[in-house]
Formats: sequence, structure tokens, C-alpha cells
Amino acid sequence: MDILLQQIINGLVLGSIYALVALGYTMVYGIMGLINFAHGEVVMIGALVALAVIRLLADSGLPGVVVALVGLGAAAPVCMAVGFTIERVAYRPLRRAPRLAPLITAIGVSIVLQNLAMLIWGRNYHAFPPILPTSQHEVFGATITSLQVAIVLIAALMMGGLMLLVQRTRLGRAMRATAENPAIAQLMGVDINRIISLTFVIGSALAAVAGLMVSANYSIAHYYMGFILGLKAFTAAVLGGIGKLGGAMLGGILLGLIESLGAGYIGDLTGGFLGSHYQDVFAFFVLICVLVFRPSGLVGEKAAERA
Amino acid sequence: MSGGGELLLDARRVAKQFGGVQALRDVSLSIRAGEIYGLIGPNGAGKTTFFNVLTGLYTPDGGDLVFAGRELQASAPHKAAAQGIARTFQNIRLFANMTALENVMVGRHVRTRAGVLGAVLRDRRTRAEEAAIRRRAEELLHYVHIADRADDLAKHLSYGDQRRLEIARALATEPKLLALDEPAAGMNATETGELRVLIEGIRRDGVTVLLIEHDVKLVMGLCDRVAVLDYGAKICEDVPAVVQKDPRVIEAYLGA
Repeated sequence: MDILLQQIINGLVLGSIYALVALGYTMVYGIMGLINFAHGEVVMIGALVALAVIRLLADSGLPGVVVALVGLGAAAPVCMAVGFTIERVAYRPLRRAPRLAPLITAIGVSIVLQNLAMLIWGRNYHAFPPILPTSQHEVFGATITSLQVAIVLIAALMMGGLMLLVQRTRLGRAMRATAENPAIAQLMGVDINRIISLTFVIGSALAAVAGLMVSANYSIAHYYMGFILGLKAFTAAVLGGIGKLGGAMLGGILLGLIESLGAGYIGDLTGGFLGSHYQDVFAFFVLICVLVFRPSGLVGEKAAERA
Repeated sequence: MSGGGELLLDARRVAKQFGGVQALRDVSLSIRAGEIYGLIGPNGAGKTTFFNVLTGLYTPDGGDLVFAGRELQASAPHKAAAQGIARTFQNIRLFANMTALENVMVGRHVRTRAGVLGAVLRDRRTRAEEAAIRRRAEELLHYVHIADRADDLAKHLSYGDQRRLEIARALATEPKLLALDEPAAGMNATETGELRVLIEGIRRDGVTVLLIEHDVKLVMGLCDRVAVLDYGAKICEDVPAVVQKDPRVIEAYLGA
């Protein structure tokens, strides 16, 4: 049964990353009813910026963890600036436009960012240098690396922090008020443009962390990595109930588990006909099932009115 | 009970047009500090439009509004709040999925400061401010007699309690002028009586009240002065006893 446990561990790691990215989708949707399809690209930029810094410092003799943190320290502000700029340039002018317009713009921004990344970093895959400790721990016959433990813990910490921010602070109340009714929030003195900018900036910071996690976990990064990752995180957000923070977390973890377990057993289930490289199928199968059977998601109350 | 204070709001020749409809035709009103001022008129006379212009939700096409000696910033609701204007809505607009207490706490936003840094660092000043926000919100729930519903979601409150909550939330912004848009709509006689006591108390505590109301008895009994709008124009402005007898008012309500 160690395969089962192993796949659960892998699923939790993957799911933690999905959850962090899904939060970016769900926060923006919650506040302005917009699917920011460029969010996956922000994750990609986070990964590539972090990786660029890390490769620069890989031979500096600094401890690997410090190098990774410096990489994140560079990636986070860049991502936050990108997220801020996306909203200002691409979405704010369309605040009152029909919903289809910002959706198309989002796809356009996504393509622009991909191509920009391709110009800067090229079309090649970049390897993540082996700087992080690779110690493995045995847990009931399954192995878990220090990196995996760190990914799950850091993701949990960040999600907890975000929940506290949103539920317990003046800023969080302003965010929730803006999500419910921006016009009325304004009458309470909330500067909704600031709150919307901030939502993009916070989501982008989470994306930077997720980007570093993905590239460290798979030891690789490239300019196209944001597309599939973004789609899957979006699926996770929809699975949980888009617009709900708790939903994004739950959906992320669940999707990670489904993918991981599915990939682990698909060979056995189909008698070897389909292999684990069909992993991506599960996410979209889940997306279709959710949209058909429970479009409001697991924790959503009613069908999403805005899309 | 006559409000003889200084001028709080001076609206001069305010105009607002929607397509071909002249919703406000050069409406001039002056509200003195400390009075309860009624704004009445038939449906579609422009009362709510005036509220929306006053609170920055609409930009007026003409005229200007001077509030407490300063020009009101057009079309900037969060600045209208900062300048001391708060309102409630004819169709209640609470943050339905936040608790009653949180709704009032959002109302404190305009008078408080903690930002990103404070939220992340949780320093002493931020925590003190948060505690003060909570304390004031609790006091206000108490003030409108719904303290026992503090932790219920706003959408689960009864209709009358939702109206009270909306008033508490508006008061949380520390307004100089509280604009109430048909607060008695849908209330029974007992609730209307309680509302009247509440509004009188608010005025006694130093807040000027602008009241849109259909309940003529409530308006005439409560207001120091009343203005009547008809087809977007002010046709009369005086103490209730005079307004009630004005032939133009009688015609606006009964004639046509």
C-alpha cells in the first residue's frame, strides 16, 4: 500500500501549489467577477525570475535555502509589479465594459506575457540547480523529501495568513465589502481601486511563491509552464467554488490528490492501455464534471452569475 | 424644535439628466446644522437622484454642492464619506454575507487608517485601532438596539433590524449629515414609532438628518423643514404646517 501513500503525499504537494495559484484566481473573481486568465503567466514569471537569480547565485557558496529565498525575494516584487500593471493597463479601462471584453483581454495579456518571457529567457527548458537539501524521509514505506515538506508547510502558512488577513483585519473587511458591493463599500470610505490593485498584488505574491515551488519541485521551468498550470489552478478554484477562498484551498488540494492518485492507478485501471502521462486528463475531466453537476463548486452557495 | 443652526449643506441649482429625462431641474436646497430636513414628492420626483448626487454616486450635470463650507467632490463616494455625509438606501444594501458587527466595522473604514503594513505586522497601534473599531461598532449596534444580533449574517436579520443595521453602519462613518432614503418603507406602525424615536435621538446627538419619506405623517411630525420635489423641480420649501397647505403641493400629490 506504499504506492497509495506515496501518491497521497505527491498529491498533497501538488495540491498545495494548485491551491496557492487558485487563490489568485478566486480572489480576483470574488472582487470583480473577472477570470484573470493571465494569472498562470504570473506564476511562470515568478518561476523564471527566481530561477534566473538562483542560477546566478548557485555557485556563490551561499547555503541553498538562502539562495532560494533570495530568488523568491526577487521574484515576489517582480510578480507583484506585473500583477499590479496587468490590472491597471488591461482591466481597469474595461471595468464597465461587457464581460466578454476583459475575458478576451485576459487571454491577450496571457499571450503577451508568454512571448515576453520567451524573448527574455528563450524557448529552452531551464534546469533548477540542485541547491536545495535532498534528504528523504521514510514514512510508512513512502518517501517524502524535505523540499516536499517545505512546500506543504509554506503553502499552509501562506493560506493561513491570507485567511487571517481577510477575516480579521480592516483591509480584509474592506476587501470583502468591495467583493459584495463596490458602490456601497465606497460610501464607507473604501477606495475600491486601491483594494482591487491590492488584490492583484497579493494574488501575484502567492503566484511568485507557487512559481518557485513548481520549478523546484520539477527541477525545471520554461516560458510555457504557466498555461497548463493556470488552467489547472483555475479548475481547482471552480471545483472549490470560485470566489471563495476556502474553496480554492480545498479545490487545490483535492485536484492535486485526484491527479496524483489518478496518474498512479490509471495504468492498472485500464490494463496498461493508458499511462501516467495522461495525468492532465483528470483535471479537465474534473472541470467538466463540476461544470455539469455542481457549477457553484463544493463550497459555493449558488450558481455563479458572473463569468 | 426649529433648527436655527448655521448652513450645513447648500445645494445650488443642481441639475441631472438621464437621456431625455430631466431628473433634477436646478434644485436648490439649504439644510441647517442640527435640523431634521424632509425631502418629499411623488414617485419619480427626483428625491433619490438628489441623494445619489449628494453622496457622489452620480456626477451632477450642473450646479454645485457646498457642504460644511467646502465644495463637495463630484463623483467620489469615498470622499463624500470622508467629508461627513452618510446615507441609507430605499432598498436596503447591506453586505449580506458579513455579520451585523462586521457591517458596522466596515463603516469605520473612513475614520481609520491601518493598511497593508499594519495588517501584516499586527503592531500595537494596528491592534489598538482594531479594538477601537470593534468597540465603537458594538456601541452602535447597541444604540440601534440590535446588539444581540451582532454575530448574525446581515442577510439573516429581520427586515426592521436590517434597516436599523444600515443606520448603525451609516453612523459608524461619523457623519455630520445622515441621509435616510425611505427608512420607514415596509415598517408597521410600532416599528415606525421606534424609528421616529431613533431619528430624534440621532439628531439630539448632533447629527443633521435629511429624510426622504413617503409616510407623510412621519415627515410632518418629525421634520423641522420640508422641501417638495415634483418632476425634478423644487416646488416648495418651508415648515411642515405651511407645506401641508401649499396648493402646489396638494396638486402635485393629488392632481394631474
